[in-house]
Amino acid sequence: MAKITFQGVGIKALSACVPPEVVYNKDLGYLIPEEEIEKTINNIGIEQRRIAAPDVTASDLCYKAACQLMEDNDIDPSSIDVLLFMSQTPDYRIPATSCLLQHRLGLPRETMCFDISLGCSGYLFALSTAFAYASMQGVNRVLLLDGETFSKIVNRRDKVDWPLYGDAGTATLVEKGDYGTSTFMLNTDGSGENVLKIHAGMRNPITAESCVEREQEDGNIRSDLEVFMDGMDVFNFAISKVPKSIKQLLKETEHTVDDVDYLIFHQANRFMMDFFVKKLKMSPERVPYCINKYGNTSSASVPLTIASELQGRLEGDHTVVLSAFGAGLSWGSAIMSMHDCNVFPVIEY
Amino acid sequence: MPAIQLMDIDKFIENFTDLFDETDPATISATTQFKSLDEWSSLVALSVIAMVDEEYDVEFRGDDIRGSNTVEDLYNIVKNRVE
Repeated sequence: MAKITFQGVGIKALSACVPPEVVYNKDLGYLIPEEEIEKTINNIGIEQRRIAAPDVTASDLCYKAACQLMEDNDIDPSSIDVLLFMSQTPDYRIPATSCLLQHRLGLPRETMCFDISLGCSGYLFALSTAFAYASMQGVNRVLLLDGETFSKIVNRRDKVDWPLYGDAGTATLVEKGDYGTSTFMLNTDGSGENVLKIHAGMRNPITAESCVEREQEDGNIRSDLEVFMDGMDVFNFAISKVPKSIKQLLKETEHTVDDVDYLIFHQANRFMMDFFVKKLKMSPERVPYCINKYGNTSSASVPLTIASELQGRLEGDHTVVLSAFGAGLSWGSAIMSMHDCNVFPVIEY
Repeated sequence: MPAIQLMDIDKFIENFTDLFDETDPATISATTQFKSLDEWSSLVALSVIAMVDEEYDVEFRGDDIRGSNTVEDLYNIVKNRVE
């Protein structure tokens, strides 16, 4: 377990962008028996999702979110020292998308840029990296862009994955300032590599065969280039690790659930989040959700939830817990004292 | 930590039956082939995993459910892990 503590750095501003195209889960009759659709929607808590156009990538959504954030906060591009791009759906395999974003955003050549790739837990790990760089001498501001377009890597005839995922891009500005303590606890269990996976890669080289859609378990259809998830194993992993990790974080930082103003979960599915809330004995009004509107946007879901649900609610001082989990397996939680965080309404592109 | 229940198959069947909304509880017994119940779905499977975690503090993997046919099969896995 990595337990990391920071002082004097924090989130100055946050923004998010989603595609305008809305896909409704009530229209999934081709995939799920009509009589089960309503029950499925109630259970996973996802009524609709946003799906990017074929020519719109995660980096486009992040770019728009970043432009909004920089404009509204009057941020001079030359003041950004580090740019991080966290995504599992980058523009290219080479080069790193963060380099393209440096140029597109007009950031100076002195900006340090690199990509981070992890699962739905990615925002927590990337945010800890942003905090770490912002803590260093020589760095004042870090721009963290976290975006995903899972619609491009999930088969529309996969009834486990397709009803869940939506697309979004987010921007988080981290900087030095008058911030209190933030503590991250980050964990990994690679023995669970097969629970959530895209098979094609360097281990299983991509051939013409990789693109062929095949009927897999329970009639689900996908190619080797698309996401496979064992829903039951992910659920078991999450319920056995997430509540415990939050309890441990609170204990180690000498907090109780009552000290937490907002607890923001990775928006995996509603049933799972409700289970966590019950296990933690957390009052539900302090756990914001946006999964009904945007679905599971993978690593972008934590910052998207803040942008969607906490706009205008993070002025002053607030104790906030963030928690996410996903492929790897990988999971983490953070507790931070947020101070006058500027949150913008979700925009569309 | 949840209060771990003593292993009792009748109580387990009751906990299992509570996960269903539309199925008549009287139709579920130890020998019921639960996957052939009309209401059985992958979402009910998730609630079985949640129930076993909450009531017995036992971790259930996907293969435990895939490899079980009757309610008693599920009960036996939980029983072995509790002991």
